[in-house]
Amino acid sequence: MPVVSLRDVSKVYPPTSKGGEPVVAIDGVSLDVEAGDVYGIIGYSGAGKSTLVRLVNALERSTSGEIFVNDRNIAGLPERELRGIRLGIGMIFQQFNLLNSRTVARNIAYPLEVAGMPKAERAARVEELLAFVGLSDKAGAFPDQLSGGQKQRVGIARALATQPSILLADEATSALDPETTHEVLDLLKRVNREFGVTIIVITHEMDVIQTIATKVAVMDQGQVIERGDVFDVFSNPQHAASARFVSTVVKGVPSPAELAVLQERHSGRIVTVSFRDSEVDQSAVFGEFTREGVSFEVVYGGINEIQGRPFGHLTLSLKADDVAVDAALARVRTLTNVTEAS
Amino acid sequence: MDALIELLPELWTASVETLYIVALTLFFGGLGGLAVGLGLYLTRAGSILENRPVFLVLNVLVNFVRPIPFIIFLAAAQPLARLVVGTALGNSAIIFTISLAAAFGMGRIVEQNLLTVTPGVIEAARSVGAGPIRIIFTVLLPEALGPLILGYTFIFVALVDMSAVAGYVGGGGLGNFALQYGYRQFNPIVTWAAVLLIIVLVQLMQFLGNWLARKALRR
Repeated sequence: MPVVSLRDVSKVYPPTSKGGEPVVAIDGVSLDVEAGDVYGIIGYSGAGKSTLVRLVNALERSTSGEIFVNDRNIAGLPERELRGIRLGIGMIFQQFNLLNSRTVARNIAYPLEVAGMPKAERAARVEELLAFVGLSDKAGAFPDQLSGGQKQRVGIARALATQPSILLADEATSALDPETTHEVLDLLKRVNREFGVTIIVITHEMDVIQTIATKVAVMDQGQVIERGDVFDVFSNPQHAASARFVSTVVKGVPSPAELAVLQERHSGRIVTVSFRDSEVDQSAVFGEFTREGVSFEVVYGGINEIQGRPFGHLTLSLKADDVAVDAALARVRTLTNVTEAS
Repeated sequence: MDALIELLPELWTASVETLYIVALTLFFGGLGGLAVGLGLYLTRAGSILENRPVFLVLNVLVNFVRPIPFIIFLAAAQPLARLVVGTALGNSAIIFTISLAAAFGMGRIVEQNLLTVTPGVIEAARSVGAGPIRIIFTVLLPEALGPLILGYTFIFVALVDMSAVAGYVGGGGLGNFALQYGYRQFNPIVTWAAVLLIIVLVQLMQFLGNWLARKALRR
């Protein structure tokens, strides 16, 4: 049962100047997010990720299509009704967006005030949240006295205050350094595991997806061009744009320029062999080459691990007569993917 | 100098009158300015109560009133003053007219101060289900409090200035005192005494404003 379900959703902005073209930010997107998912949405700037995530809590209104949140179609609901629905959807932001005029504790209490919780209960809940994000000693501090990572932890505590079932993370780690990024991602993992909160993460950083997402959708020009399990998309991207993204974090696939260098340096035929998970037996692959008397040398490569499942790419320089190499490659192709540099 | 000593009781009365006019106009003009500024801010494109017609009307109105020289505005607004406060003369009419002019001047300053609030903070408030009224009182005004205090300090100086000009058309206060006993009787010492008092008043308020703004900004 999906918690968030988009059905053929579009968002079109009116032209910015008279006689200009309307801007299609989201172009017929359908997407299901299941309860308990950490769903990553990735794409370059301007691909429509931010707009898409804001359609889920109706900070942006869709132009057409249906948006189901906990089985309720929120497309076209009046603003007043949406306010109640937003209490069930937390959101964190790239720039944290904390109120500088309020202390940490009062920032976290803000959604509870909006929800109308009595003051005494509010204080107890804030204390709980501060402990969860590890900032009990900062209750009385103001946001400008905190580091970026601390600010985002306050943001997470605020987003969780009303015990939402869904958390939207809009480039939540893009303003943080790598170490702090991992602290925040670990916290988000705990939010997902301990509270069962469904998380939608939008990011342009592939390693964020690699670290916490279970599923991923790749966006380009307002459309979802590829989606699936993170492992599948990473180990075998189908779309050129996804492949470009994946190559930023996946080690071991030589770029065309690197291939040219390899070809110059090595006299044999250059092929790249992919290994996914336990599907492919490495020794079987190497065995085929040996059987045909093909000598091989590993010239490039790398092994990655996503969600505990390894996959990798090895680029080999093969030396033997062409007939033997072709025969070996034909048999290896029945075992796994092989691409030969031309 | 002797003339000044003789005039001390009048100087005292004039000072009190100036304080009275400025305090009331700061209150009414300030509230009006807050309303105009919020109106401009909330109805502009992309804001939470976006409303193009209302914004255009307010914007044109502000641009229409602000450039009118105050001494001309005083005369031009007399019929309106008679309509609202029942008289076109004296301190009540002056207070009404200054408040009106200040509301439009302050409106623009309030609008600009509110624009310093990051839109993301408002989005965060919307994302937890806050409505427009709540956002105004719990996000916009508290977040812009420091700059707003400085804006009001700035308008205070303008109010002292306007109250002095109003002395020319029958309002009381230090402006009137300087004109009547100093300028018209060729007694520069008396004029300077009034000027000095005005400078002291403005300085005190500027210090107070800066101090409050620092408190609000916690710097």
